[in-house]
Amino acid sequence: MKVQCNNLTKRYYTKTAVDHINLTFEPGHIYALLGPNGSGKSTLMKMISGLTTQNDGEILFDGEKQTWRNKGDVAYAPTEAFFFSYMTIKNVAEYYDDFFADFDRTLFQKLLQEMDLREEMKIKSLSSGMLAKMKIAVTLSRRAKMILLDEPLNGIDLMSRDAIIKTIIGYAPEDGCVVISSHMVEELEKTVDYAIFMREGSIAYETDVEELREKETKSIVDKYREIYSGEVA
Amino acid sequence: MEFKSNTPIYLQVIEDIKSRILSGEIKPGDKLPSSRELAVQYDINPNTAARIYSEMERMGLSYTKRGIGTFVAETTDTLDSMKEEALHKVLSEFFDAMKSMGYDEASMVSELKKFISKK
Repeated sequence: MKVQCNNLTKRYYTKTAVDHINLTFEPGHIYALLGPNGSGKSTLMKMISGLTTQNDGEILFDGEKQTWRNKGDVAYAPTEAFFFSYMTIKNVAEYYDDFFADFDRTLFQKLLQEMDLREEMKIKSLSSGMLAKMKIAVTLSRRAKMILLDEPLNGIDLMSRDAIIKTIIGYAPEDGCVVISSHMVEELEKTVDYAIFMREGSIAYETDVEELREKETKSIVDKYREIYSGEVA
Repeated sequence: MEFKSNTPIYLQVIEDIKSRILSGEIKPGDKLPSSRELAVQYDINPNTAARIYSEMERMGLSYTKRGIGTFVAETTDTLDSMKEEALHKVLSEFFDAMKSMGYDEASMVSELKKFISKK
């Protein structure tokens, strides 16, 4: 599914969080959404997933306007933990199964196994690394055409980060887009094929990352430093 | 595998696959993993992995049987030219390093002979 943002704008009172953004997400690609805190990454994701409404502009899904129907094609994993703590992983799976038509229970079980999680585990007893892996498992098991992962690598150990990246690489949909926002720019270097840099609600720069390496001999980190040097990260 | 993040990943993986072919770990005619499996193996983006196979095919290193998979080329001339290329690289690095230490051509050869005789 191709997702287009045209002139997308979101204002909170006097603050413009997203300022007339134009972006296209093509199927089959993994995007990095980068930028310091407050640059508009989460607001953009919330608009695409339909959790908040724009003040101006539009989002098109394969050329069609956003409706309750195509909102269902978007799977969004916010930064915050969003499960009820009294649940077990099995309960979460049942909850997702009830809620989302695209949830693939078999795939979910496979992902749990690959990431060393078990259905009988309680949400409240999971470590932050386990919780992060669990979030990836439920979100990717939704076989959605637009997958938005907000800071999936934040505050977790190295082994969990590796497991999450391996899962994203192995199960990113061929006909869908994956967008990952992160402060861990280095971690995404090999994972994404496109990088979008945001600053104060606008697109500061966007590039194919292999092209960046080929033409400018620069990594994503190099470009990040170039764009934001002198600014507070 | 450790990557340099400022040079194209696809080229680095192709170099690695080439050296695995040269060392005999991968043999001519062997079936290579699917591009998704290759992505997981090297921890790289799936599109980059797909590009690796299309570039390798263009270079004559591999070929695709539709619906079956990607295979290492069986022609010996690509293998020979890869060997030659690798040999040239090793020798030129040796030559440059020796030269920078002040060895002339004759002493380079005699030092190399001395080294080999001790092996």
